[in-house]
Amino acid sequence: MAYDAKFRVWRGDAYEGDLQDYSVEVNEGEVVLDIIHRLQATQAGDLAVRWNCKAGKCGSCSAEINGRPRLLCMTRMSTFDEAETITVTPLRTFPVIRDLVTDVSYNYEKAREIPSFAPPEGVAPGDYRMAQIDVERSQEFRKCIECFLCNNVCHVIRDHEDNKQNFAGPRFLMRVAELDMHPLDAVDRQKQAQDDHGLGYCNITKCCTEVCPEHIKITDNALIPMKERVADRKFDPVVWLGSKIGLAKGSGRAKAPTTKP
Amino acid sequence: MSSPTDISGSAPAEVERHSYDVVVIGAGGAGLRAAIAAREAGKRTAIVCKSLFGKAHTVMAEGGIAASMGNVNSKDDWQVHFRDTMRGGKFLNHFRMAELHAKEAPLRVWELETYGALFDRTKEGKISQRNFGGHEYPRLAHVGDRTGLELIRTLQQKVVSLQQEDLREHGDYEARIKVFHECAITELFKAGPDVDSPIAGAFGYWRETGRFLAFEAPSVVLATGGIGKSFKVTSNSWEYTGDGHALALRAGATLLNMEFVQFHPTGMVWPPSVKGILVTESVRGDGGVLRNSEGKRFMFDYIPDVFRTQYAETEEEGDRWYTDPDNNKRPPELLPRDEVARAINSEVKAGRGSPAGGVFLDVSTRLKAEDIIKKLPSMHHQFKELADVDITKEPMEVGPTCHYVMGGVEVDPDSAQSRVPGLYAAGEVAGGMHGSNRLGGNSLSDLLVFGKRAGDHAALYAHSLRNAPPAVTDAQIEAATRAALAPFLIEDRPNVERENAYTIHAELQQTMNDLVGIIRKADEIELALKKLDDLRSRAAVASVEGGREFNPGWHLAIDLQNMLLISECIARAALAREESRGGHTRDDFPGMNPEWRKLNLVLATDTPTGLRDSQSRITLVKQEVPAMRADLLELFDPNELQKYLTDAELPASVAAAASDAPADQPQRG
Repeated sequence: MAYDAKFRVWRGDAYEGDLQDYSVEVNEGEVVLDIIHRLQATQAGDLAVRWNCKAGKCGSCSAEINGRPRLLCMTRMSTFDEAETITVTPLRTFPVIRDLVTDVSYNYEKAREIPSFAPPEGVAPGDYRMAQIDVERSQEFRKCIECFLCNNVCHVIRDHEDNKQNFAGPRFLMRVAELDMHPLDAVDRQKQAQDDHGLGYCNITKCCTEVCPEHIKITDNALIPMKERVADRKFDPVVWLGSKIGLAKGSGRAKAPTTKP
Repeated sequence: MSSPTDISGSAPAEVERHSYDVVVIGAGGAGLRAAIAAREAGKRTAIVCKSLFGKAHTVMAEGGIAASMGNVNSKDDWQVHFRDTMRGGKFLNHFRMAELHAKEAPLRVWELETYGALFDRTKEGKISQRNFGGHEYPRLAHVGDRTGLELIRTLQQKVVSLQQEDLREHGDYEARIKVFHECAITELFKAGPDVDSPIAGAFGYWRETGRFLAFEAPSVVLATGGIGKSFKVTSNSWEYTGDGHALALRAGATLLNMEFVQFHPTGMVWPPSVKGILVTESVRGDGGVLRNSEGKRFMFDYIPDVFRTQYAETEEEGDRWYTDPDNNKRPPELLPRDEVARAINSEVKAGRGSPAGGVFLDVSTRLKAEDIIKKLPSMHHQFKELADVDITKEPMEVGPTCHYVMGGVEVDPDSAQSRVPGLYAAGEVAGGMHGSNRLGGNSLSDLLVFGKRAGDHAALYAHSLRNAPPAVTDAQIEAATRAALAPFLIEDRPNVERENAYTIHAELQQTMNDLVGIIRKADEIELALKKLDDLRSRAAVASVEGGREFNPGWHLAIDLQNMLLISECIARAALAREESRGGHTRDDFPGMNPEWRKLNLVLATDTPTGLRDSQSRITLVKQEVPAMRADLLELFDPNELQKYLTDAELPASVAAAASDAPADQPQRG
């Protein structure tokens, strides 16, 4: 059952690096992360890789396998031909630190720029009441394990470094949608999504949805509905009039700060 | 990049220095809740964690948070929760911790909703609660089977909201709370060499660059989780190397009851590479049954005497309980984890196991496919992706996996402070709360209740020292730097045979699994202690290839020392406790002994300086378990108390009542 697989793993740091060839044992039922660990233990003690749970729950071991963004722990070796050479490279959209580890601080910076949940005024802890059907919409997005594969694959920033400043990426646009659909959130999110987080950059190619290991329908359920709501408001004459005379949702409430540089 | 062994780049003057009121080590549920509390108390707070922010082991928690909100069964209250917790822990829990936990858990859960958490709901729109092993009523607030992820994300986002507040008020996100992620703490600093010398700070390295950093802080909160990576089959991640346990011990704090290690009854057993990954107890809470290779629901044969009156005796009654819990007793699949794990172990040993060496767990016969996917989405996903098993159609194969350590830092129940002034511990790294066995769902609530308490008290203590904060000396920083770089220096030593940290780690895991595992014997534990001795001397010459930048080999070499120290503590305590109770089963001393229930085993080091010292010796003493208050004792049936306590411990009224109804006769249905 066991066989030796051919692996090509990118080794290097921020300054230089290349693909290195390894031949490494594979046993029944193993995933790519098992093979990377075997390389560490037997051939490359300093091979850098992030991982934690090894069960697809923490989103740490994101990398690109044969050019496809994947979780190393959820990619089974049985999906490859035994003769195939398997190439493992770091996420391309983020700067390399070492080997398979990249600098994902872009994601943490964007997370900070999304104004947090604003609890409803006058509702005491313990008195929150929400229907299951209403929480389910946001719950889908809260399944996100922050593997950042969606941001990694999104062409808006994968191929255009300069867009990073103005675009939060699918992960954090989805966070805005999640808060917008939270039954008790007290902030107006729609204008923010467009003006502050770059929703307009998304042209719904659905690459993010395709790579999501949690199978969250990022484009269909988060981004497109946000886009529709933004459009509804922008072109709805009643809303337009309301906003002019100060009746729009959220206009009387304190606004969370905009933190765009 | 400088040469890894170049200490010149690590002179005290060049080590990154930070000064905080409170340093929290660990960013799981307990650490984040502690940090939020300290920051809300107005103290400058650092959170230091080995992984990226939001990846802590708490994300792995599946089933839920136990809190007696009474949303599903209004009969539930803190007293019932307290009683269940003490029973689960076989009365070895610190009663005061169990009391505070049961009383405060609902407040801590409700508070999460104000941070933005979205739990599953009841029909009335309240937080839904599910059944779990050892809990009398549906008690676990949950989000499908990804409750831990919801908890970590909610707390993470609360920290971010505090940072946004800092930006508004101070123009800097990190003015009062900063996350140092991918940063490992290797030593604690103290203001003196004695047990009661206060904490002065902590030392560590950035994983990314290998650069060192030193914190000066009057308060340090340990929230580092557990020790599972010392065992081969485990549900724990690489982070669980007992860092906080080791840091506390070296700093002069005491460790309590380290022999109690929980083997979760249901881990995956196939394929081999995923062996140990957790299968949530919710599968059984939602109706899953355990069968052996003969198709028998074997748990009915394993109901221990102390639980006999609370569990169904027939499959029919157990089945009726799911729809009519008021008039039927619960099925024995929902016994506390230690009981179920031992039962599975016995079935496999008796040759009635599944092909891969586990037993069968089947939820497909009770729930419809759509309900399984809704209630247990990540289990469905995990089995499909990793094992080609569709749990809506076929049973899972499961077996015990090392999951949790009940033992931990001995703390004052109200303040979470260890015996070292300024050193606090909360969550899995703390001991006492769960006694000899933790109930499922009581971990997440423990993190919140005692995380908040630790943060509050750490802030108060830091405030009391605001005019005279302790200082860290250059000599301390030098010593810590040398210890951290030691693995790089092995090669320079003549006549030393280099060792590989990965190999030693694998041997440690095999040793603990085989010799100090779910069933223990004196001669095997003694053998384990000998092997640990040998592994320790080999670990001292484990060398590292490559440089200091993100080098997992180096990180492991350092963590390995913690694992070896804590494994010795576990083995020493396991050898000393000559009875079987909860997460400690001695083949040579079967059964609980009420005399042993009165005793905690307490471990300490004879060199409480905070720094690593190869000459340190571990001491073990027996210490009386604090006696439960009379008002809490009264919550139990006299017959039940008699099964756990010695006659001398029974209150006069209870002893008199108990003599009317002998406890030894199990009440059969």
